[in-house]
Amino acid sequence: MTDGNAFGALAGVIRRDLLLAMRRKADALAPVFFFVVVASLFPLGIGPEPELLRRIGPGVLWVGALLATMLALARLFAADYEDGTLEQMALSPEPLFVLVLGKVIAHWLVCGLPLVIAAPVLALQYGLPADTIAVLAASLVLGTPVLSLIGAIGAALTLGLRGGGLLVALLVLPLYVPALVFGAGAVDANLAGTGAGAHLSLLGACLAIAAFFAPWAITAALRIALE
Amino acid sequence: MSKRLINWFRFSSPQAFYGPAGRMIPWFAAAAAILAAIGLYIGFFVAPTDAQQGEAYRIIFIHVPASWMSMFVYLVMAGWAGLGLVLNSRLSGMMASALAPTGAMFAFLSLWTGALWGKPTWGTYWVWDARLTSELILFFLYVGFIALQAAIDDPRRADKAGAVLALVGVVNIPIIYFSVQWWNTLHQGASVSLTRSPSMATTMLTGMLVMALAAWLYAIAVSLARVRAIILERERHSGWVHELKEAAA
Repeated sequence: MTDGNAFGALAGVIRRDLLLAMRRKADALAPVFFFVVVASLFPLGIGPEPELLRRIGPGVLWVGALLATMLALARLFAADYEDGTLEQMALSPEPLFVLVLGKVIAHWLVCGLPLVIAAPVLALQYGLPADTIAVLAASLVLGTPVLSLIGAIGAALTLGLRGGGLLVALLVLPLYVPALVFGAGAVDANLAGTGAGAHLSLLGACLAIAAFFAPWAITAALRIALE
Repeated sequence: MSKRLINWFRFSSPQAFYGPAGRMIPWFAAAAAILAAIGLYIGFFVAPTDAQQGEAYRIIFIHVPASWMSMFVYLVMAGWAGLGLVLNSRLSGMMASALAPTGAMFAFLSLWTGALWGKPTWGTYWVWDARLTSELILFFLYVGFIALQAAIDDPRRADKAGAVLALVGVVNIPIIYFSVQWWNTLHQGASVSLTRSPSMATTMLTGMLVMALAAWLYAIAVSLARVRAIILERERHSGWVHELKEAAA
């Protein structure tokens, strides 16, 4: 890591978090397996009619991805908070903003990216056609970073609190609504033949706004938690 | 500071605010009660029966003011929260936490009366309409704010964390509203048209505005009472609280 270089610090944080995730593979893989299990439970609960499954597929897969991302949030800052790493990050000469962004990017690489890769396979189970699966993957590529960014705000706010996991869900799920609407909407629109472009553009806009504002909110929330 | 003007910053101290707040409560409460009585009288006895909906529409006199207040209170709450973050004043955070339960109550009242209104007019208690859905999400945001503050033991951290959450919510509310509206137009056929505004009789509008004013004054009175309780709870170890008549009893 080069000293005094924000990009160096960013890359360093990402590399460190990825390395930590690789050392504890079970932790890193839990969200994606949760996603697979949840997506497999719906046909068991609702019934195997292909028409119905194709209809609910986009929504189920998106809600599943959303819940899987949320479950992984508890680990985002907790370990660093407990062993004091987070405090050192806040004291370091690099802006906390950059370090936090690095942690969120690493969280997405560990948790969001596997969801994007697993989703097309699950979409086949739901009988979605090939071009719709491509749209689903595109919507998840744009959408899961939004989930990670907004979720990190909730994770930072609830750092070290009792009942943190449930509380994160309560805080974060209402804020996930736009990503869910545009993401699942893109897939639905493609299924209906109206074109997913508008939804994907709006999802991209959500990503741009979240990438701009969320690190500030996360940083503020972390500083409050560290006081 | 010039002598003719009131020094408003003096009242940002909980100690200075406690007394005036207590003296203001009866006035706001009485005005709210009187206006509510007038508004309900207009609503139930003066306003004409609606041609399409019959008597069922009269719930509008509760429903619409409650919906307005639920949105407005969130904005005021976020305003106090932002002020607390910027100026680091203790009273701002207390005001924000005092407003949250009132806002949540209005959001719930709005959903509840909406459901009761929906049954006779649309034949169902709930439709996944854009307005209903965004009101529901607003209610969830209030619940999240209250739950977050309840989970934090240190009041200063609770104030600041709540403030960040309230501000994040304010940025999100327009996005949520438009996304839900978009989602609704994509998914739902025009089974219920809420946007077609019926031509409203002047008496109906008057009744609704009077009720909205009453709801406003009620919200002020209740949050002042609640903020006084919060002040007493947080300042219970300070000298001035022990000298209070009501605390000594």
